[in-house]
Amino acid sequence: MNFKRDKKEEESGEASNPFGNLEKTTVLQEARAFNDSVINPRKCTMILSKVLYLLNQGEVFGTTEATETFFAITKLFQSKDPILRRMVYLGIKELSHIAEDVIIVTSSLTKDMTGKEDLYRGAAIRALCTITDASMLQALERYLKQAIVDKLPHVSSAALVRSYHLTSGSGELIKRWVSEVQEALNSDNVMVQYHALGVLYHIRKADRLAVTKLVSRLTKSHMKSPFAVSLLIRIAAKLVDEEEKPLDSPFFDFLESCLRHKSELVIFEAAHAIINLKNVTAREINPAVSVLQLFCSSPKPALRFAAVRTLNKVAISHPTSVTNCNVDLENLITDSNRSIATLAITTLLKTGAESSIDRLMKQIASFVSEISDEFKVVVVQAIKSLCLKFPRKHATLMSFLSALLRDEGGLDYKAAIADTIITIIEENPEAKETGLAHLSEFIEDCEHTVLAVRILNLLGKEGPKTKQPSKYIRYIYNRVILEQAPVRAAAVSALAQFAAHCPNLLPNILVLLMRCQMDSDDEVRDRATLYFQLLSSGDRALTNQFILNNLQQSVLALEKALGSYLQGPTDAPFDIKTVALASVTSDELKPTVATPGILKTKPAEPKKAPVKEVSFLDEVSNIPDLARLQLGGLFKTCTKQPLTESETEYVVTSTKHVFSQHLVLQFHVQNTLPDQLLENVKVQLDVPDGFRQVAVVAIPKLPYGTPANAYCVLAWPEDLEVASGATIGATLKFIVKDCDPDTGVPDSDEGYDDEYVLEDVDVNLSDHIFGVTRSNFAAAWEEITTEREETYALSNANTIPEAVKNIVDFLGLHPCDRSDRVPEGKSSHAVALAGVFRGGIEILARAKLVLSDGVNLQLTVRAQDELVAELITASVG
Amino acid sequence: MDSSLLEPTLYIVKGLLIMDNDGNRILAKYFDHNIFPSNKEQKAFEKNLFTKTHRANSEVIMLDGLTCVYKSNVDLFFYVMGSCNDNELILMTVLHCLYDSTSQILRKNVEKRVLMENLDVVMLAVDEICDGGIILEADPNAICQRVALRADDIPIGEQTVAQVLQTAKEQLKWSLLK
Repeated sequence: MNFKRDKKEEESGEASNPFGNLEKTTVLQEARAFNDSVINPRKCTMILSKVLYLLNQGEVFGTTEATETFFAITKLFQSKDPILRRMVYLGIKELSHIAEDVIIVTSSLTKDMTGKEDLYRGAAIRALCTITDASMLQALERYLKQAIVDKLPHVSSAALVRSYHLTSGSGELIKRWVSEVQEALNSDNVMVQYHALGVLYHIRKADRLAVTKLVSRLTKSHMKSPFAVSLLIRIAAKLVDEEEKPLDSPFFDFLESCLRHKSELVIFEAAHAIINLKNVTAREINPAVSVLQLFCSSPKPALRFAAVRTLNKVAISHPTSVTNCNVDLENLITDSNRSIATLAITTLLKTGAESSIDRLMKQIASFVSEISDEFKVVVVQAIKSLCLKFPRKHATLMSFLSALLRDEGGLDYKAAIADTIITIIEENPEAKETGLAHLSEFIEDCEHTVLAVRILNLLGKEGPKTKQPSKYIRYIYNRVILEQAPVRAAAVSALAQFAAHCPNLLPNILVLLMRCQMDSDDEVRDRATLYFQLLSSGDRALTNQFILNNLQQSVLALEKALGSYLQGPTDAPFDIKTVALASVTSDELKPTVATPGILKTKPAEPKKAPVKEVSFLDEVSNIPDLARLQLGGLFKTCTKQPLTESETEYVVTSTKHVFSQHLVLQFHVQNTLPDQLLENVKVQLDVPDGFRQVAVVAIPKLPYGTPANAYCVLAWPEDLEVASGATIGATLKFIVKDCDPDTGVPDSDEGYDDEYVLEDVDVNLSDHIFGVTRSNFAAAWEEITTEREETYALSNANTIPEAVKNIVDFLGLHPCDRSDRVPEGKSSHAVALAGVFRGGIEILARAKLVLSDGVNLQLTVRAQDELVAELITASVG
Repeated sequence: MDSSLLEPTLYIVKGLLIMDNDGNRILAKYFDHNIFPSNKEQKAFEKNLFTKTHRANSEVIMLDGLTCVYKSNVDLFFYVMGSCNDNELILMTVLHCLYDSTSQILRKNVEKRVLMENLDVVMLAVDEICDGGIILEADPNAICQRVALRADDIPIGEQTVAQVLQTAKEQLKWSLLK
C-alpha cells in the first residue's frame, strides 16, 4: 500500500516538474508573452525561469535568438513584481554575453539602481556593470561611488564586488575611488568590510608601503568577519614572506595571534600561512602544527581534510615537526573519507620510520583500488621518495608497485608507477634485477604505447648489464610479434643493444633480426636491416658508434639543418658536426624528490619551450646584420649571466652563443625608468688581443618595460689558449630622451649621450666544450688514442664530491654512467667525463681523485685533436 | 618550491552546482573559464564528480585539481568547488549558506520536486551568494531576505486547487513525520 502511494507520488512529481523535457523553440515561442500589453507576472516569471534553465543546461542560443529574447525581456520592466524584476536582471546578465545591443537597458537599470526600491538596487548595480564596458563606465562613476558608501550593506557590497571585477579592465578609473572604498572598510557589515579590503588591496598591491600601512592599521583593529581576517592573513603572510627575516616582522606576531582566533576558518588560514612561509624554522611552525593536530580529530570531515592536506605539505619541508602528529594520522588511515585516508598515509610514509613501512603498505593495499587515479599517483610518489630514503626496503615496495601495475588505471597513473620503478632501478643496483623483471612482465600486457616504448628502451640499456641477459630476449621478441609498429621498432632497437653488448647472444639475435626484416612497417624493417648489417659486419667500432653510443645531435636542430641543406646545392656531403648538440636534458638532472605540490593533481604542464639552440638560430636569421655573417651551426649556448644588479636603472644580462668560428654575445637590455626613452642602445666591448670584432647590432629604440636584445659578434682567435681564457669589458652606450611616463612619448627630440658601465663578460674553457652523455664510455674510450695525462693537487676543494663538482663545472664535460655520484666515505673516486670541443672534436676524460690532505687529481684526457687534449690538461690547476 | 602562500584575492569560488540523484544538472555556475572553457568539460566534470560522490557521503573530495565540498539531502546534491590549495573551510561556509538558504526557501522540503517548483527563487539565491567567483554573502538569512522570499503572499483565493491540495498534503506529511 505504502509502496503504491510512493509510486503515485513520484509520478505526480514527474508530471508537476515544469522543467522536464523543455524544448528551446517552444520556450522561445512562449517568451512572446513578454510582449503582451498586460503582463502576467507569475506566467512571465515561469517562462523566464525556463529560458534561464535552458541556458544553464548548456543549451546554445544563437545571436539572433538571444537578442530577440533579450529585447522581449526588457519589456518586463513594466511589471512591478519584485521576483519578476529580479529574474529580469538575471536574464540580462546571462544573455549579455550572447545578445547584441545590450546597452539599451542602461537607463532602466540606472533608474533601478538609484531608485527607492531597496531590494532592486544591489542586483541592478551588478546587472548594470555586466553590460557596461570601460568607455561607458565614466558616465556611471558618480553612481557607483555613491553606491560604495551606501548605508545598505548589499548595495555597498554589490558596488565593491563589481568594481573589483572591473579593475581587471580599467584599473585607472577605480583608483580614483580609494576614499570611498576606505570609508566602506569602516562599515559595520562584515561582508562589506571583506569586499572593501579586497578592493583596496587590489588597488594598492603594487605599492608595498601602502599595503604595509594598511595591514598594520587593520591588524590592530579587530575585524569581525572571518573572511576579512583570512584575507588579511594572506596579505600579511605575503608581506612577511618577502622579508629577509620573517620572524622580525610585526606581522608574524599577528599571524601567530590568529592561531588563537575563535573561528576555525581563521585558525586554519593562519596555520596554513605560517607553514608555507619560506624562511621559517621548525620552532615557528610548531604552534601551527599543533593546531592542525587538533583539527585532525575534529568530527568535521572538511576540517580533517584541510589539516591532513596541510600536514602532508609540511612533511616534505619539516618532517620532524609532523612526527608528533603520527598517532593522530594513524587514526585517520581508517577514515571513511578516502581522500583523508590517502593523505594521512602518504604523510606517514614521508615521516615514518623504516620499521613501520611494511604495516603501512598493507594498509594501503587494502583500499588502493577504491581511490581515484589522482590519489593513486600521490601514493606512488610517496612510495618513490620512500624508496630513495630506505633503499633496503626495496623488496616490499617493489612488490607493492608491481601489484599496482597489474591493476586497472589510466596512463598518468601507470606512467607514475613505471617512473618510480625506473628511478629505483637507477638509484639502487640491488633492486635492478627485480625491477627489470617486473617491468618486462608489465609490457607483456600494456595498452599504452608510450610506456611500452620507454620500458623497452630501458631494457635495452640496462638489460645487457645484468647477470643473465638472455632471459629478457623472450620478453622483447614477444613485443616484436604482438605489438603495434612503434613498439616493434623499439623492441628491435633493444634487441640490437643486447647483441652489441653480449657477443654470446649475437648469433641468436641475428636470427631474430633477420625475421624482423620481413616486418610490414617501414621503420621496423629499416631498423632491423641496419642493425643486422652493422652486427653481422663484426666491426666493433661501427657497433660502438651506431648502437651503443647513439645520436648526440638535437633532433630539432638536425631537422632544421637538413632542411636548409636540401635547399642549397647538395654537392658537398652533409656534415653532421655542424649541427647543434642536444643538451643533456634537464629532466634527468632534476632532484629526485618529487615536487612538494604533488597534490596538484592536474599539474600545469608547461608547454615545452622550443629548444633554445633552434630558437636562437631563428632569431639570427631575422637580423640582417647577423644573417650576413653566415655563422653556420650553433655549437652551444651558455647560461645567462647578469651584467648588472637586478635593481638598477638598466638591467642587462648576457648570453654567449658559441659558433665554430664566432662568438655571439647577446645582451638582453631592460629599461626600468618609466620617464626615459633610450635610443640607439649598443654595447661597446673592450676587445682583448687575438679576438676580432665582426659586427655590432644596436637596439634602435628601447622604451620602458619592453626589453630588447643587442648583439656583438667576435671572431675566435686562432690560438686556443687565448680563446679559452679571456675577459671582455663592456659598456652600455645610448641616447637618453626624457618622456611622459604614461604615454611614452618623448618630451623633445633632443637627447643626450650617456653610458653605463657593465660587468665584464668572461670567456672560459667550458664555453668551448659541450657535455654529452656516452652510454658506453669504455667502448668510446678505446676508440680514441691521442692521450694526455697530468696530475694536480687541488687547492680549492676539501672533499671529493666538492672536487668532482668543480671539475665538471670547470671543464663543461658531462659525467657518464652516473660516475659523478660519489659513494659516501670513500677516499678515492674516478669520474668518467665526455664532451665535444668547438668544431666537433670529441673529448673523453677520466679523472681519478684521491683524498689526502686536500684532493689530488690525475686527469687523463683523450681527444681527437692533440692540441685540444693539451689545452685541457694545461688549463686545469 | 613555488610559493604556496595563497594569493590575497576575492576570487575564491570556482563553481556552484546542484544535481539530482541521477547526476543531472539542475543548476550550475562555473566562474573560472580556464578550468571549464565549455559546457562539454563541465558535463564531463559533473559526471565524474557525481560517480565519485553519490555513494560516499563524506563532505569533501579532491577532483581534477579542485577541492569540492558537498552535501546531499533526499534526492539533491549540493556542491561548491574551489582551488585545491584554498581554504576548505571558506568553501564549507559557502556550501552551508547555499544549503541553508535553499532549505529556507523550500521550507525545509529540500527535495527535487519542491526545488523545481521554486527554481526561480533558488536561482536568485545562488546569484546573491556568489557573484563571478566572489562570495557576496554567506548568511542564509540575509540571502532569503534579499531574494524577497515569496512568503505566503498569495492569497488562498488566487492559488489553484492543486496548489492548495499540495500544501495541505505537505503539511499532513510533516505532521505525520514528526
